[in-house]
Amino acid sequence: MSADKGMEVSIAASVAAKLARVEAVAAYPITPQTHIVEHLAEIVANGELDAAYINVESEHSAMSACVGASATGARTFTSTSAQGMELMHEILFIASGMRLPIVMASVNRALSSPLSIWGDHSDVMAARDTGWIMLFTENGQEVVDSIIMAFKIAEDRRVLLPAMVNLDGFSLSHVIEPIQFPSQEDVDRFLPPYAPLYTLHPDKPVTMGAYAMPELYTEAKYSQEIAIRNSKAVIKEVMEQFSKDFGRKYNIVETYNIEKADTVFMALGSINENIKTAIDLLKDNGKELGLVAPRLFRPFPADELVEVLKTKKKLAVFERVMPGGAMNGPLYNEIASMVVQNGLDLQLENYIFGLGGRDVEPEELIDVFEQISTSAKITHADNKNYGVIGVRS
Amino acid sequence: MTVFTSGLRYLKEGVTPHMWCPGCGNGIVLSTLLRAFEELGYRNEETVVVTGIGCWGKADDYVVTNGFHGTHGRALAFATGMKAFNPRLNVVVLMGDGDCITIGGNHFIHAARRNIDVTAIVVNNLNYGMTGGQVSGTTPFGMFTSTTTYTNPERDLDICAIAEVAGANYVARGTPWHGFELEANIKEALNKRGFSVVEVMSPCPTHYGKYNRMGTPVEMLKKIREMALPKEEYARLSPSQKEGYFPIGKLVDRDDPDFNTRYDEVRSRAMKG
Repeated sequence: MSADKGMEVSIAASVAAKLARVEAVAAYPITPQTHIVEHLAEIVANGELDAAYINVESEHSAMSACVGASATGARTFTSTSAQGMELMHEILFIASGMRLPIVMASVNRALSSPLSIWGDHSDVMAARDTGWIMLFTENGQEVVDSIIMAFKIAEDRRVLLPAMVNLDGFSLSHVIEPIQFPSQEDVDRFLPPYAPLYTLHPDKPVTMGAYAMPELYTEAKYSQEIAIRNSKAVIKEVMEQFSKDFGRKYNIVETYNIEKADTVFMALGSINENIKTAIDLLKDNGKELGLVAPRLFRPFPADELVEVLKTKKKLAVFERVMPGGAMNGPLYNEIASMVVQNGLDLQLENYIFGLGGRDVEPEELIDVFEQISTSAKITHADNKNYGVIGVRS
Repeated sequence: MTVFTSGLRYLKEGVTPHMWCPGCGNGIVLSTLLRAFEELGYRNEETVVVTGIGCWGKADDYVVTNGFHGTHGRALAFATGMKAFNPRLNVVVLMGDGDCITIGGNHFIHAARRNIDVTAIVVNNLNYGMTGGQVSGTTPFGMFTSTTTYTNPERDLDICAIAEVAGANYVARGTPWHGFELEANIKEALNKRGFSVVEVMSPCPTHYGKYNRMGTPVEMLKKIREMALPKEEYARLSPSQKEGYFPIGKLVDRDDPDFNTRYDEVRSRAMKG
């Protein structure tokens, strides 16, 4: 195990892809993902990484070229953000439907319009039902480790699905953090070369993505659905193996200070570091708040969440995306469905925050805690279902 | 007597200094465009500036016409909808080489083929300036960018040549050095019915210039001036002599019917039964 190294998280993400010995990269620059692809372009060109690198003309082409490369059996990586993710949208379904284990670093950013280059989760949430495995990270070390784990998960014969590692734009992608890089030998041991089940190869020709008539399409999609549901067991296995091999412990649901707390917060991504700060500040004042942070969003880890939430009284779900006319944000809706199906007695609150890079301070989170810990279910002024932190009318 | 125009009535108040880097060609191109607006008597409210994403795509922040800032590469598709539905609008599309011919290349070809009556002012700085100088579809073979740090293995596209073969009615090329000539070409393009394109070969000293050691912004602009030859002079050169040069001036000027005219003809025929 090498010592800590101070590095921009974007560069660290590309180093992780190198450690995973990716064989093909097709990418298109978009802020705030650019540094990942720039660094990969450089290390492929100078021979540090033996891979095919294609500077394609759009994200639609990037994901298409990745699908092509993966279909020929290459370990394939790409990265995008925001509009790029939406331009890829069509091909995200092709990748998952063809069961191609592509790994993508998704640097989360707001969607136009209005134009914003800053962070939120509008991009990934619009792609949440594309059949990709989705991991969320809250610091640079998790980004590096998750990219390496994502390949092992995606390429497992029991899974064979593409996987997305989400990291917040700027607040994570552009910060310099101390990161421990595993050695190449250790990564090689953990992640053996990709052994594809089917490839486009002259020795044994196959057809991928062919027409499925009504009598077949449902079965094809259902088998894909079973695969993503069953992938959870593999994800757990891989995280356990990673913990054993590298000494950093990963769970599909992380918790912080939940033992004594009746009220818990839940969020995805780097905001969880701010929530932990708020929790520590509250603790200094003798108040208990807990955090439940799903590291896995697809497949949705309902059983594991029930396990940690079943004794809790109040849960506030924080989301960096506008519901777009839905009852609540997408994470809250999952949780509400989980609460109903499992008969939990849990008061749920929903807050939208941090859109288009808007900062949320621990003090604002403490305000939310004070509000909900002293009242029954809150009715919000304009829409009654969810609050929007810091919004001006 | 020449009457000099300022174009100021199209420039938003309080927005200067603009965000473009020192030595960028965008400021010159914008001032040329706004003077052309004034000389043609364009009314602010009847003009719409459609932009893509990129440094040149920020130009809509500085003008007081209608403005439409869409997504990367789709400016011409948005503009097509505007002109088809509201032909009264002067639709002017500002794109960089990324918007025009790389991510948006398909729309460019089809806007020219369709001969939709919009004017595209394309600032070609040979790289993606806004995101930090990555390779684009017009980066020449063998040049350095932030994603081709050991030189570009691919060839570049000639925007004007593509516009010509795809069917644009008017095609011209200029540089920020040749401000008056550029303004004349932009005016002709705006006046032309059908698809018109003016490509401006423009310096990006911050990224492309830096990666390719092209010196100070002034040196880079001088280099562009040297590479630009009047089209007649360029035409006299042998293929090997043309290496490293490009023609400027009016390259294509024709009067094929534009999309709206052709479509109206089809409709009136159909309505007669």
